[in-house]
Amino acid sequence: MSIQLERRKAVQTDEVAGYERMLEIREFENQINGLFAAGLIRGTTHLCLGQEALDIALAAELRPTDTVMATYRGHGIALALGLTPESVLGEIMGKTIGCCGGVGGSMHLADMTLGLLPTSAIVGGGIPIAAGAGLAYQLLGQDNVGVAVFGDGATNIGAFHEGLNLAAIWKLPVIFICDNNVYGEYSRIDKTTPLEDLHMRADSYKMAHYAVDGMDVHATRKGIKEAVDRARSGGGPTLIEAKTYRFAGHSRADKALYRPEGELEKWMERDPIKLTEEDLVKRGLLDSAKIEKMRADMTKTIEGVVATCQAAPDPTVASMFENVFTK
Amino acid sequence: MAAMQFRQAIVNALADEMRSDPTVMLFGEDVAEAEGPFKTSEGLLAEFGPVRVRDTPISEMGFTGAAVGAAILGAKPVVEIMFIEFLGVALDQVVTEAAKMRYLSNGKLSVPMVVRASCGSGLGFGSQHSQTLENWFTATPGLKLIMLSDAQAAYSLTRAAIQDPDPVVILEPRILYAKRGEVDKNLKIEIGKARVLRDGTDITIVTSGQMVDVCRAAIEESGVNAALIDLATIIPWDRVTVLNSVKKTGRLVVVEEAPLSGGWGSEIVAATTSALFSELKAAPFRITSPDIPVPYSGPLETRYIPTKDDVARQLKEVIATGKTPKTWWEMEGLK
Ligand SMILES: Cc1ncc(C[n+]2csc(CCOP(=O)(O)OP(=O)(O)O)c2C)c(N)n1
Ligand SMILES: [Mg+2]
Repeated sequence: MSIQLERRKAVQTDEVAGYERMLEIREFENQINGLFAAGLIRGTTHLCLGQEALDIALAAELRPTDTVMATYRGHGIALALGLTPESVLGEIMGKTIGCCGGVGGSMHLADMTLGLLPTSAIVGGGIPIAAGAGLAYQLLGQDNVGVAVFGDGATNIGAFHEGLNLAAIWKLPVIFICDNNVYGEYSRIDKTTPLEDLHMRADSYKMAHYAVDGMDVHATRKGIKEAVDRARSGGGPTLIEAKTYRFAGHSRADKALYRPEGELEKWMERDPIKLTEEDLVKRGLLDSAKIEKMRADMTKTIEGVVATCQAAPDPTVASMFENVFTK
Repeated sequence: MAAMQFRQAIVNALADEMRSDPTVMLFGEDVAEAEGPFKTSEGLLAEFGPVRVRDTPISEMGFTGAAVGAAILGAKPVVEIMFIEFLGVALDQVVTEAAKMRYLSNGKLSVPMVVRASCGSGLGFGSQHSQTLENWFTATPGLKLIMLSDAQAAYSLTRAAIQDPDPVVILEPRILYAKRGEVDKNLKIEIGKARVLRDGTDITIVTSGQMVDVCRAAIEESGVNAALIDLATIIPWDRVTVLNSVKKTGRLVVVEEAPLSGGWGSEIVAATTSALFSELKAAPFRITSPDIPVPYSGPLETRYIPTKDDVARQLKEVIATGKTPKTWWEMEGLK
C-alpha cells in the first residue's frame, strides 16, 4: 500500500490518528503562514485554520475511490485525504516534489489515487464537476460518490444552483458540502445572503439537506455518513451545511479587521482540535502527557517537511510544456 | 501633474466621474466597505454612499447582468471583476447581451457600462488567476476593449470609458497596481487612439499592458532605435497610428503577454502586412507567451512571460538579419 493510502487508512480506522492529522493540518497551516510572512512563498494562500474537523470527517467517511472537488482553501482536505505534507508544501513552494510538479501552487492540489480532483480557484467551479463525477458513476454502475466542498459564499453563484438541480433531477450519487465559515472574503455571509441556514436552499430542489456542527468531528462524520449511505444506495444527493468558522483571514494579506469584536474568541472556545482532545481524553484514548508529546513531535515533523521542501529542486523549464494535451 | 500609484489613478478617475455625473455607480465584490481587494475604490463608499457604491454577493452573472439593465435605463454602472477569469461565469451578459443591445434595438438603446477587471501574470497566482484573456472579447463587435499600462492611462482611459455610451471592458494589469506614475488630470486619451511613447526609425513595437515596461527596457538593452506604441485600446485598434509608424520604420513586432495562438497581435500583423507589403523591410512578427497555461512555480512563470532579454534579442536579430527570430522555446527545442 502506498504511503498516501496508508495515511488515508489511518484516519479511517483510528480516531487518535484522526486527531493527530488535525494537529498536522494545524501545524502545517501555521508554518505556511510564517513562510508567506517571511517572503519564502510567492502568490497567495487560503488557510483552513478552524475547519480541520470537516477535513478529517470527510477523509474518514469517504473511500479513496470516491472523488472530492474542493477549493483553493484546500490544504487541510488534501492532507486529511492522505497527501503527504511534502507533496502539499512542495506544491505550495512550486517544487518538483509537489503533487502537481510545482505548476499548480497552493490553490491547485490534486491526487487521483486518493480521489482528490485538482482543487478549483473559481468560486462554485467545482460544484457541477462533482455532479458530473456522480453522473459517471451512475452511467458506469459504480457505487462511488462524488463530493463537492465549497464555501458559504459559493451558494450565491449560478453554478451552485445549476449543479444542485441537475443532481436532484438525475438522482446523482453526490454530496454537496457547504462549509459555512461565516465569511466570503471580507464580507460576512449575512450581508450577502438573506438566509441564515444555507442548507435550506436545497429545499427548492427537493433534495435531502441538513446542518451539522462543523467543529465536532463526530457530528460531521455522522452527517456525512448518512449522505454517503443515501448516495451509494441510489437515494440521490444531499446538501450538508457544516457550520464552521474561519480562524484566519481570507488570504495571506487579510488581517480580518472587519470581524465583530469577540466573534473569533467565541468560536475559538469551540476549536475543533480542543473539542476532539477533550473527547479523546474523556474516553481514555489520550492523556495530557501524550497530547504534549504529539504536539511537540508534530512541530518537529513539520519543521522537517519545510526543510525538505526548501531543499527540493525547482522544476525544469521543459516541464511547463508537458501535460497541456495528452500528446 | 501629480505622482500616484496606478491603483490611485483608478480611484481618482472613478471619484472624478462620480462627482461630475450623479448616475455613475460602482459595484462588485468587496468594493464598498473593504474599498476593493486591490484598494481601487478607496474612499468611494465614504464619499458617495451605499446607494452608488455597493458590495455584491459572489454572483458575477447577476451583478454584471444588472449593470446591463441599469445602463440601458439611465445608470452608468462600473462593475469590478476581481480577476478577469471570474468574468467567465458572466460572459453571456457582456458578449451576448450588452454588446448586442444597440444593434438589436435599431439604435435606440445604449449600454453605457464599464467592466473593470484585474489581469495578468507575474505574481504567482497560478493558472486560474494569471491570464489576460483579451481574446475573449476581440471577436465581439459592439464591445470596446482597453488594456491599461500606466497611471496616466488608468486615469484618462477609465474616465473616457465611463463617459462612453457603449459597453467597455477595461483590463488592469494587477502587477501595476502599486506602481507610481505621473498623472495629468487634464490630459485626455481617446478610446481607439494608440499612445506613441517613443519615436524610432528602425522598427515599430506595438504592445499593451505590463508588456509596455518590458519593451521599454528591451529597447534600452538592445540599443535598437525602435518606435514604441502602447495600443491602449485593443478594440477598436488604431490602424492609422500603427500603419503610419510602420511606414516609417518598415518593420513591426507586436509584443503580447497572452499565449501565441489567437492573440490580437495576429490581427495587427495581418492588417499591416496586407496594407504595407511592398514597403516592409522584414516580415512583421509577434512575441508572446507559449501556448501553455500560466505555471505557478516562480522560475517557470518568470520564463513564461516575454522577458526584457528575449525581446531585446529578437529586436537585434530582426534588424541584423531581416529574418523572423525564433521564439525562445523553439531555440531550446521545447515543443
Ligand atoms: C467566480 C469567482 N468570483 C470571485 C472569486 C474571488 N474569491 C475567491 S474566494 C472568495 C470568497 C469565497 O467565499 P466562500 O465561498 O465562503 O469560501 P471561503 O473562502 O470562505 O472558504 C472570493 C470572492 C473567485 N475565486 N471566483
Ligand atoms: Mg466562507
